[in-house]
Amino acid sequence: MEKYRILPHTADGKFEAFGGTLEEAFANAALALASLMWDWSRIAPKVEQLVRVEGSDKEQLLVKFLGEIVYLVETRQFLLGQVRKLEIRPHFEGLSLDAVLAGETLGSGHEIYGDVKAVTYHELAIEEGGPGEGSRVQVVVDM
Amino acid sequence: MDLRQIDANTWEIPASAGMRVPAVIYASARLMGDMRRDKTLAQARNVACLPGIERRSFVMPDAHQGYGFPIGGVAAFDPADQGIISPGGVGYDINCGVRLLRTDYTEADVAAKSRELLAAIFEEVPAGVGKGGVTKLSRAVLRDILGRGAEWAVENGYGRKEDLERTEERGRMADAAPEEISDRALERGIPQLGTLGAGNHFLEIQKVEEIRDPAAARVFGIDVPGQVLVMVHCGSRGLGHQVATDYIETMERAFGSAGLPDRELVAAPFTSAEGQRYYRAMCAAVNYAFANRQMIAHWVRDVFAQVLGSAKGIDQVYDVCHNVAKIEEHEVGGWSKRLVVHRKGATRSFGPGRPEIPAAYRATGQPVLIPGSMGTASYVLAGTKEAEALSFGSTAHGAGRLMSRHEASRRFRGEQIRDDLARRGIVLKSTSMKGVAEEAAEAYKDVDEVVRVSTEVGLGRVVAKLVPLGVMKG
Repeated sequence: MEKYRILPHTADGKFEAFGGTLEEAFANAALALASLMWDWSRIAPKVEQLVRVEGSDKEQLLVKFLGEIVYLVETRQFLLGQVRKLEIRPHFEGLSLDAVLAGETLGSGHEIYGDVKAVTYHELAIEEGGPGEGSRVQVVVDM
Repeated sequence: MDLRQIDANTWEIPASAGMRVPAVIYASARLMGDMRRDKTLAQARNVACLPGIERRSFVMPDAHQGYGFPIGGVAAFDPADQGIISPGGVGYDINCGVRLLRTDYTEADVAAKSRELLAAIFEEVPAGVGKGGVTKLSRAVLRDILGRGAEWAVENGYGRKEDLERTEERGRMADAAPEEISDRALERGIPQLGTLGAGNHFLEIQKVEEIRDPAAARVFGIDVPGQVLVMVHCGSRGLGHQVATDYIETMERAFGSAGLPDRELVAAPFTSAEGQRYYRAMCAAVNYAFANRQMIAHWVRDVFAQVLGSAKGIDQVYDVCHNVAKIEEHEVGGWSKRLVVHRKGATRSFGPGRPEIPAAYRATGQPVLIPGSMGTASYVLAGTKEAEALSFGSTAHGAGRLMSRHEASRRFRGEQIRDDLARRGIVLKSTSMKGVAEEAAEAYKDVDEVVRVSTEVGLGRVVAKLVPLGVMKG
């Protein structure tokens, strides 16, 4: 199945990502986001980063999770190549997400061609399907 | 949508369905055609629904779809009438802006050395995604910078005191509260101070192509066709982006987003605790960006001195913010009101007499810096008195995007663009050729048209047209 698709948007980056489960769609959204900045398929899983975020709803959880990818490149020079594990659980009134990301450190000869500034709520959509139906998320980022 | 054409360059969407005021769009038929192809107009209408909005929801000629507010949107809110402040009305890149330096050099002086000059600037000014700055900052020093902006930079040897005079807000917003900035924003800000970034941010060596208003040009220090100038376009980097992200969450938690047409329109009454905290944090991010551009300008002077022998005569023309919210006095219905003016992808364009502008420019109006797309012209305008009535003293901020990055990178090749520019005598250096393709001039509107409309409407007056000699991109 297709992991994600980049969609037209005048100024910014817009994409949809798919998955058999909501978790898988979130993981593919992380790869879609990375694809706006570097070619994740060429990044080897050399270092790991653990990510934990909490959100009041699925939308906020996704915005904060994708925000982690941007944060990690800016502060840890981490380039995502693979989402090893991703779990979403109920957490108090909202949700929490734990993920294991794998990739390389910037400076390893990879071209960085795009600069995602932030993940927005604009036109954000999450469709969580039942078993066998699949899930889809749609995200606009500021570039 | 009920869109009415008022005159050649003015359009109105009358107030309906929740709009508190009409929306007014300044565009030629051609620019309006571009706006109608995306969601610019719907976004302008959404802004008109926000509490405390005064006069109109304004849209500048270069506007295009953003998130929440359109890019190229101007809106002012009255704090005394439940008026709001909105992080989405400022944008993620707080105090993204433009600085222009003038020099005593002419095209002939740099012609043989433009490649060397650009290469040396590329060495000196860090650029690109994830590329750290040269300074190792402690949190305490960063907080000091957030409080004092370009003033801190000048005190620490980056540039001259006179530069501050010729910077919007004198390079420092006094309402800044560094303590309202999250640890995460500080963490993103530490490695990025003194960096250009990537995307549409650039540094250009330019020459004066044409002087249209000799008297104002003289006042701005732009003396002759062929004179060399340097333009820097960048903002508050990850620190500002994080401030916006943090306060969108804070405001949503406090006020919710249930009734809003777009969650990115989340806002807080300006006088509320959350509104005040965001405003003060935003001011601190504005200061970071002023310090950032101040440091970059200093390195540019260093390079000119190294390569050409002297930095003499390299003076700042002006430094403008085009993503910001400010408290300003404006006349509404015969009354002078203090309003929270949001400019998101719009440049302040104050005319003669406004106390906010440097004394040297008080008779001409402030310099308005409008960069074009890669390889095309940029413009220096002078602010006008009329703009205050037409747009709370604002105009366009650039060419405005037309085509998505994805589409541009499919259609164009960075190497091809570099070679085409080289044939026109323009040197290009970038950390990424794919990034160059995304910024192809064809992906933008025609800046000449944007400036023509701006001038015809009265939002600004063209002083000089500039063209690039060398382009550095992140």
